[in-house]
Amino acid sequence: MIWNESKECMSRDEMMHLQSTRLVKQVKNVYHSVEHYRKKMQAVGLEPGDIRGIEDIDKLPFTTKDDLRDTYPCGLFAVPRSEVVRIHASSGTTGKATVVGYTRRDIENWEECVARILTMANIGSSDTVQVSYGYGLFTGGLGAHYGAEFLGATVVPLSTGNTKKQLTMMRDLGVTAICCTPSYLMYLAEAIEEQGILNDLVLKSAICGAEPWTENMRREIERRLHIDAHDIYGLSEVMGPGVAGDCKFHTGLHINEDHFFAEIVSPETLQGIPDGETGELVFTTLTKEALPLIRYRTKDLTSITHEKCECGRTTARLSRFKGRSDDMLIIRGVNVFPSQVEAALLDISEVSPNYLMIVDRVDNLDTLEVQVEVDERFFSDEIKELENLTKKITHVLQQALLIVPKVKLVEPRTLQRSEGKAVRVIDKRKLV
Amino acid sequence: MRMNQISVFIENKEGNLLTVSKILKDNNIDIRTLSLADTSEYGMLRMIVSDEELAKKVLKEAGFPVSITPVIAVRTNNKVGYMHDLLEKIPAEIANIEYMYTLPSEEGSILILKVANPDKVEAVLGN
Repeated sequence: MIWNESKECMSRDEMMHLQSTRLVKQVKNVYHSVEHYRKKMQAVGLEPGDIRGIEDIDKLPFTTKDDLRDTYPCGLFAVPRSEVVRIHASSGTTGKATVVGYTRRDIENWEECVARILTMANIGSSDTVQVSYGYGLFTGGLGAHYGAEFLGATVVPLSTGNTKKQLTMMRDLGVTAICCTPSYLMYLAEAIEEQGILNDLVLKSAICGAEPWTENMRREIERRLHIDAHDIYGLSEVMGPGVAGDCKFHTGLHINEDHFFAEIVSPETLQGIPDGETGELVFTTLTKEALPLIRYRTKDLTSITHEKCECGRTTARLSRFKGRSDDMLIIRGVNVFPSQVEAALLDISEVSPNYLMIVDRVDNLDTLEVQVEVDERFFSDEIKELENLTKKITHVLQQALLIVPKVKLVEPRTLQRSEGKAVRVIDKRKLV
Repeated sequence: MRMNQISVFIENKEGNLLTVSKILKDNNIDIRTLSLADTSEYGMLRMIVSDEELAKKVLKEAGFPVSITPVIAVRTNNKVGYMHDLLEKIPAEIANIEYMYTLPSEEGSILILKVANPDKVEAVLGN
């Protein structure tokens, strides 16, 4: 089934026409409502009238996470606060969060985008959907929740954690679909096997996102749980989950193109590159009211195709994500930058800012170990003091990263110095 | 009596203790006694050595976090109950013993005590 055939199955011409109309309107809007955008356009001698259609999009300057940081918290908002009905936030590169906002209309569009993708995963109003993404500032929980509710499904808002309860609810309520990170679903699959309750479940599909995963992992989940697993993509800056998702043919993620215009550019030259070639994904939000983004560089590497899918949808599709063009790590669905660890450690006088992050996946859950050098000047020979120091570092990092790392004290000078290309991160997760 | 103890932070990794013992041997430093406290990730090697300043210098050069800590040394007479009698002398309000180990000697063991208030404890023990 297709949720909104009139949009998802438009001819390419109709889609481009719609995108053109919406882009022209959006550019005018941001030029007049957001000083930061106006200045950026003026800096390159651009006026709203110069953008006459989607073919002119490459005249517009790019927007990056730096623009959001420089205008923290709400400097890129295009509407007065009275029209903003919701705020979400994700962790930023310097410990400052990236704050995003939504108008009532934005929330409605978001709900529909998620509903379209749940429909791709064969979920409908008679389904019971368990949302096991985190609820709160993170867009995952509430994004999936509102989309599933909009669809008319019965939503069970479990959020993350408490695996035992998750499984009890899944079984007792006859949950037919689950939204969570792929690594958490792998973890649940193991718990289900251990308890031997697979035959008591009626689960048929999963919609997984918020962290990178592979086709092999998808098949593994399907095999172990006897379900169909689907990929959902999104980022809070652009909207949250629901920007794109894959249908039952699993030949790429359909972009909700009437709302989000995607370009693939070379991360080096920033020039557009042809369909099928890998580059950095750039989004322009065509309908977003509260926080419109013009040519936002996602730093995610992927490729695009505009060919019609076997499912009947004509929307452009993104291939599986091939990595990042920056050093951002996604750990348990949370964006983590090594620079955040460095900044946090600089605030603790008892340790040196030399660190090594070791990311791994143990029992299908991401783990983060941060090795920190003991500073000789503050070295205590009492173990309780060192344990207190470990706790303090853990706490400070947890505040900065929003996930709890395992902190390990190491001897000074055992970690590589920052001259040359210091190894700051070892990612042992195997995503193949 | 007061003694200077040298403490070395040692990560739990292969050959690390061996590195420390070799450095001490190469510099002709005698280990009088030692205690090795372990956690799951690192160990704390506390030693009474023949030359703690030299030991500190050479271990530091090798990259080990080292500190010199004053500890109290109390001679015992190898009789049953001696330690209890000794500890009982310390009033509860100052009896905060961080750790303790012994140094063997020909005239009976010497107890090495790390306490929070070394001056007060020494005063009551009277040596």
